[in-house]
Formats: sequence, structure tokens, C-alpha cells
Amino acid sequence: MPLELVKEKWTGKINEVTIGATKGEGGTRTSKIVVGGETGLPFLHEEGEMPHRPVVAMEVWDTAPSDWPEVLAAPFKEVMDDPGRWSKKCVEEYGADLLALRLQSAHSDWGNASPEKVSEGVKKVLEAVGVPLIILGPGQDDRDNEVLPRCSEVAKGEKCLFGNATQDNYKTLVAACLADGHSIIGESPIDINIAKQVNILISDMGFPLEKIIMDPTTGGLGYGLEYSYSIIERGRLAALGAGDKTMALPIICRVGQESWRAKEAKAGESDFPDWGAVSERGPLWEATTAVALLQAGADILVMRHPRAVESVRKTIDSLTRKNPLRDSAETLD
Amino acid sequence: MALTGLDIYKQLPKTNCGECGLPTCLAFAMQLAAKKTSLDKCPHVTEEGRAALEGASAPPIRLVTIGTGEKKVGVGNETVLFRHEETFYHPTGIAITVNDDLEGDDLEKRIGAIQSLQFERVGQRIEINLVAIRQGDNSSAARYAEVVKKVMAKLDLPPILMSSSPESLEEALKVCAEMKPLIYAADSNNYEAVAKLAKDHSCPLTVKGNGLEELSSLTEKISSSGIQDLVLDSGRRDMVSTLSDLTQIRRLALRKTYRPLGYPTIAFTSEKDPFQETAQACAYIAKYANIVVLDGAEPWQLLPVLTLRQNIYTDPQKPIQVEPKVYEVGTVIDKSPVLVTTNFSLTYFTVEGDVEASKVASLIVVVDTEGTSVLTAWAAEKFTAESIASAVKKYTVEEKVSHRKLIIPGFVAVLSGKLEEELPGWKVLVGPRESSGIPTYLKNTWKEVSL
Repeated sequence: MPLELVKEKWTGKINEVTIGATKGEGGTRTSKIVVGGETGLPFLHEEGEMPHRPVVAMEVWDTAPSDWPEVLAAPFKEVMDDPGRWSKKCVEEYGADLLALRLQSAHSDWGNASPEKVSEGVKKVLEAVGVPLIILGPGQDDRDNEVLPRCSEVAKGEKCLFGNATQDNYKTLVAACLADGHSIIGESPIDINIAKQVNILISDMGFPLEKIIMDPTTGGLGYGLEYSYSIIERGRLAALGAGDKTMALPIICRVGQESWRAKEAKAGESDFPDWGAVSERGPLWEATTAVALLQAGADILVMRHPRAVESVRKTIDSLTRKNPLRDSAETLD
Repeated sequence: MALTGLDIYKQLPKTNCGECGLPTCLAFAMQLAAKKTSLDKCPHVTEEGRAALEGASAPPIRLVTIGTGEKKVGVGNETVLFRHEETFYHPTGIAITVNDDLEGDDLEKRIGAIQSLQFERVGQRIEINLVAIRQGDNSSAARYAEVVKKVMAKLDLPPILMSSSPESLEEALKVCAEMKPLIYAADSNNYEAVAKLAKDHSCPLTVKGNGLEELSSLTEKISSSGIQDLVLDSGRRDMVSTLSDLTQIRRLALRKTYRPLGYPTIAFTSEKDPFQETAQACAYIAKYANIVVLDGAEPWQLLPVLTLRQNIYTDPQKPIQVEPKVYEVGTVIDKSPVLVTTNFSLTYFTVEGDVEASKVASLIVVVDTEGTSVLTAWAAEKFTAESIASAVKKYTVEEKVSHRKLIIPGFVAVLSGKLEEELPGWKVLVGPRESSGIPTYLKNTWKEVSL
């Protein structure tokens, strides 16, 4: 009797979200990225479609990040004070096909820059590179609300992905993205009910669910990764199995930000000789966080170190290969 | 799959003799289903009935133990597909390979490298579990056994014996059978001879198929000869097919109680680049491998692998806690700042990391909030002016510093007034809401207020 495999029959489908608009579409991007569209659990190609591969967005700051550890800062040393050059380096040297521009200069501890000043950084990056953009505020409600509408305006028609809208602070950003044709990120604090609530609040303002991406908050490897992992998995099961349309949204994870906070990623060999070379350990800590989240269902990974980015891209290549050596068991031994 | 009371009732004598202590066979069946009594209490159940009930009540995935003593590893007996449904119980066994073509110093070096793969992080010890000793193509049975002997003399880890030759496995078993090694592997060519070795030496055995069909038919043949401690290798080495097979094995076992695949699994990395190899290992840890075998043995590679295993196998129903007390970060002096937080391990270690990053030596007072985070503990009234004050007193903070300033998380700023009443003489400072604000706070705000 032939073995009958257990294949799930999913009824739901994750929304497809496009980031970036080319000339013909009212923008100036030279390429665009589509994420989502899954009809099954990650990488189980025999029972569901994964029409768009998960993507890595390389993180660029609009002000030099003075608190990045040496291993992380080293590749960007020359370009850190110029977001245009930094972006170009990511695209030309590291092959980034999506960038996440973080408007840290607007943060009250990082210069408190004016909306006008911050939006100039956005223009600079839009001019320097042709890839689509994710644009992230500094994460302080008042500063986000001051600078993001202006940045949304200068990027009008480019179909960027703006973030983050939260349960307590979403109206200003939603209105701006509606007016200027962008997609939006809804953030929740590792809480599946709030994740759903944020999506409902945003869509109640007339913003289509089909243009929202969920940020369930990322726990870095060793520091709460498992919470994010299970929230993403539960959300995906609710969307695919129970057909919950308010959870059928692609997922974005701030991998770089969270993994580089860990002591394990940045502590030097002199402090922890048993942990091995920090030049390898740091990037691998970031890559491992990403690889685990891919298994839960992440669609966009916002990452920092070029080595981690390259490695995760290769992993995505392996995972999205639809017809691997299915029938030729390649063995080592 | 758990049997219902009615399923069990069908196998009982249905005589209502009452000798089990319950009035009817149905009542007894219900108690059995609830695992409140044992089948031994029924003196009249038939042999067939007993066999059927015992077979059906066996766990869908067998627990297999490798090794003996303190370092033994139990894998399998998982009950769910997703950790949030319950938890994953038996952490993936991590094995590192040693090839038998290594000579002299190289062998010593490799053993030394494997020995050092144990780490201390967030107050817990994490380490690799197994050593996989692999026979090369041109090696003899004697050579293989000699290397196994050398490795086992140095490493206190349960071994996996990797060879396709029954003769070599037999020689190696002469050296280490009492350590209950995992034999790798019985395949379609050698399974009769290798299965006999496993039986003679009572050792767990890996069955390696070329795909799931062949694997199932092999395990059926082998288990019918009385060998039950099996581990499964579907033979795939690329990520997509390996993940698919591991998923199918887990689903078939749990959803269909499919006995031929009701055993723990083993997966092998195949990538040479250490980053890509780590990615494979981590994907397999997340999705259903019970043992993962790596060639890489760099500490910077195993630290993230073991940490991921720790994360994935954390019981989602039980928050990990740290001991409530005063922790010192850096070389503290009597003027060092004092911060307050909860004993949820994630909260504590995030705060600890950020304090460390600030390079300002500090004391952290950890209040017992039964493993809940700041906001949750505050809402549940476990993180209150009273509980914070009592911790400050209990851990005699006033003897450790000369100042009287206490930094509380920004999210519980509302506690300030009450806390100053509870702790006369102390000034309560409101710190940042997020832990990530601690470095800026300690470097700037604290400097000003501490003057």
C-alpha cells in the first residue's frame, strides 16, 4: 500500500503587497517587490503556493548610528553620514533589492531633526537608488507624527511602505499613506490580539487590508525569539486554516535591530573567550534570527550586516527551490 | 492518539465483575481513558485485549534514549506540530562529527574543539549532546574501532556510530556497546546484519531509507524482529526535501498514529559554508528534527544553534524566571545607580544587556513578579509600590549604596509617589519606558541627577 502523505487543505491566502512604483505607474523606481500570496505554510511546496519569495530589506539610517558595534559598523564606516551613498553601497555592492530607511535623525535623542530636514534625506535616497523603499520613523509617537507625513508627501506616488502605525498612534500615518498612495506597517507588541486589532483599526479608516503589513515585534535570538515565532505561526494558521482575513497579511521582522542588541552578537572575545570570534558570531547571530523567523512565516526581514544578508539570501534560494533533488538522495556518508 | 473510554470498553470482558474496584467495565474504561487507573487492575482482560490496549496507548512518537548516565539523551515523544499548542518536550540532540581519517594531532584537536562546545548564557548552561564518529571510505573495521575507542576515552558524550559496514559497526560496538551508542545506519542493503547488531547489543538503531516509502517498509521489517528503539533518516540532504520529510513524519505519527514512522528523526547538514550549515541546522531544529548532525565545530557557530534550540524548546506555558535578588552589573561602587525590574527572565536579561551596553556599573533589584513582565506584573498587582519597597528592604540595598535614588521603569511612573511613601528617605526616579533607553538614560540623565 503506498504511503499516503498528510497534506493540509488550507482555505485562506495571504495578501499580496507591492512595494515600489515604476515610471509607468506614477513613481520613479526601477524595480518593485511583491511579498505575500502564500496559500500554505512556509516552504512546504507540495501543499501550498509561495508565489513570492521572502525578501531581505537592508537597513539604512539617515544619521550615522553611533551606537552600532564595531563589527556591524565597519562595512559602512565610509558612507554612514550620507544616506544616499549608504543606500547606493547597499544596492551596488551588496545587491540589495529593497531598502529600509530609518529616520533616526528625527529621534529626540538623535538630533530631533525637523520634518523638512528629514524629508530631504528621503529625497536623497530616492534619487540615489532605484529600488523600492521602506521608510521607518524613529518610533516616538510625537516625532513620528511630525516627520512621517512630510516624508510621505515627498515620496508621493513611489508606493513606499511606511511604518509604524501602532494601536495608540495610527491615524496620522494612515491618513498620510492614504493620501500619497503608500502601504503601511501595523505594529503590535508580541500580542496576537493587538496585531489583529491594529489591522482592524487601520482598515476602519478606509485603508485597504491589502496594503497593510504586520510587524508583530521581533524578539532577537536568545531574547524572546520564541514569542515572535509562535505569534507569527499562530497568525498564519488563523489566516490559512480559519480564513481570518484580518490576519492574512504579510509579516515584517526587524531582525537587525533586535539581534544586534544581544550581548552574544557584540561582546568581544576578551570578555567571552569561549564564544569564538565576534566578527563571525555577530553576523551569524543576525542570520540565525532571520532563518528561524523564516520558518515561522516571515515575508520581509529588515537586516543590517552584509554577511548576514548574503547568507540569508542564499538560505532563501535553497528554501524556494521548488524541485530539489527530490528523487536523488544525495548523501554524505 | 488517546483512546476514548468506549474504545477501551470494547476490549474489556464486559462482565461487570467489580474486581477492579469499580462497579462496571464501562466505569473502569472511563477511568482508564482518564489515566486514573491501570489495566493491571482487571484480572480478566484477554491477552489480545491487553495487547491491543497497550499498543494503542503507546505514544505516537517513541521516546528513544541514547547513551547512559548523566549525559544520556532522550529524543522523541513529541505531541504537537506547533509549540504554542502545548510545548516541545525533548530538545533536539545536537551531534558533531569526527571522521576516522583524522590522525594524531588533528584528531586531538577535533576532540578538543568538540569538548569546548558548552556555553553559559542567561544563567543557563547549553551544550552539544552527541558525537558522531564517521567511518571514511577507505578505512578498515580495526581502524574505525580504534578511533571510536580514542574518542570515547576523551569525550564524555554518547556516540553515534556512523558506518555502512556491519563488520566495522561490530568492531566498534565491542569497544563501546555498554555506552548505548546510536547505530547509524540500517539501510536496504545491510539492514538484516545491522539490525541483528542492534538487537544483540540492545542499542538504538537508525533506519535510513531512500524516501519515506522505503523508510516505512524498512522500519516495519526491523520492528517486527523486536527492535523498537529506532531513529529515522529519510535520506534527503537538501533543505526543502528534508523539511518536507520531517514535517510528514511528524504529521503521520501524530495525526494518523502511523506506527512505521512513529519514531524520532535525525537530520544531517550538507552545506560546507558555516553560515549556510548553521541555517540548515536551525531550520531542522525549528521543524521537527529530533537529532541534528553538524560538521562545523566553531564556538561562534554552535552558540546560536544551541540558543535557538533553547528558544524553540522553551515551554510557552511557563515563563522562565530569574532569582529575585540584587544583581551587580560591572564593578559597582557605593555611588552606582540602582534600577528596579521584574524577574521575568526576558525582561531581566534585556535590562541587564542594556545596562552593560551603557558601561555604567549598576545594581539591578529584581522583584519577584512570578515571571511576568513589567506591564503585565503591574496590571496584575505583582509589581507595586509595596512589592518594590519590600524587595529593596529585603535585599538590603541601603547597605550597598550611599545614595538613596531608585530608578523605576517608565511604564510604572505612576508608582513614584506611593513608592516614596513606602521607602522614606528614597527619591524615586522615572527611567525610560523601554529598556533600550537605558544606555542614554544612564549616560546622560543619571549623570546629572547623581551629582
